[in-house]
Amino acid sequence: MFDLSGKCALVTGASGDIGNAIAKALHARGATVALSGTRTEPLEKLKAELGERAFVTPANLSDMDSCVQLIKDAEAAMGQIDILVNNAGLTRDGLAMRMKEEDWDTVINVNLKAAFKLSQAVLRGMMKRKTGRIIGITSIVGVTGNPGQANYCASKAGMIGMSKSLAQEVASRGITVNCVAPGFIATAMTDVLDDAQHEKLNASIPAGRMGSVDDIAGAVVYLASDEASYMTGQTLHVNGGMAMI
Amino acid sequence: MSDVADRVKKIVIDHLGVDEAKVTETASFIDDLGADSLDTVELVMAFEEEFGCEIPDDAAEKIQTVKNAIDFIEANQG
Repeated sequence: MFDLSGKCALVTGASGDIGNAIAKALHARGATVALSGTRTEPLEKLKAELGERAFVTPANLSDMDSCVQLIKDAEAAMGQIDILVNNAGLTRDGLAMRMKEEDWDTVINVNLKAAFKLSQAVLRGMMKRKTGRIIGITSIVGVTGNPGQANYCASKAGMIGMSKSLAQEVASRGITVNCVAPGFIATAMTDVLDDAQHEKLNASIPAGRMGSVDDIAGAVVYLASDEASYMTGQTLHVNGGMAMI
Repeated sequence: MSDVADRVKKIVIDHLGVDEAKVTETASFIDDLGADSLDTVELVMAFEEEFGCEIPDDAAEKIQTVKNAIDFIEANQG
């Protein structure tokens, strides 16, 4: 089960902790992977770690032409894209009353608009082959909201709505579109919290701990697999029970 | 009938699985041949592949009938 041999996957944001784990997991299941991100160095490092069946395709997703180019680059490197993982994302937190328009736009453009452009560009090949997987990494806060993150939450909620629409448009062509919504995941971003903050955080999670990047990667592998062919338009919440939706 | 017309009709027949007799030049993909909007997107992709041309989105929207497709391709073939 969950064999991805012969499949080609593009992972955006592969230089980050979660993207790194997703790329590794897809690769371990036999997929060829194209690693995208803005910083080439961690991508090259990951490629070296993976060995065969790995390519580096850097892109700046705040530029929409680069999104279309990225699909072309990844298709040129791997031959085709069977699995697109829209994982790249960034935050520009601030209270709504103080939020700069620029911070709103940056987050919406990279987290949502780029995911749309990439999906749009990748669908052509998937439609022809009558099979494909588009997986968006959204967030628990896209459903619950979070103070200080109006832009980020909007982008993540937008991704869920967009995925449901896409899923309905292309379901008859064997293409599924789903999301994975992580809760609190231990990454470099959460390492900066002190013990008291960690304790408080863990108390709010029924599982009593933060998730690992592999918890997210596992959900992505499932959605990417043939076994998930009847699941579309869904969001898998991987959050230790923090929100049951 | 031109070569382009034959090839366009063949794509339409194959893709939509319709009877050859129904695929007249004036036939509308959606109204007469039972295509949905996604089928029309796929038809345009198939035309692009068959004739090695690029059909821009604004032109693709205007290709509603068999004749529309033939006319566009004949006008834009190199």
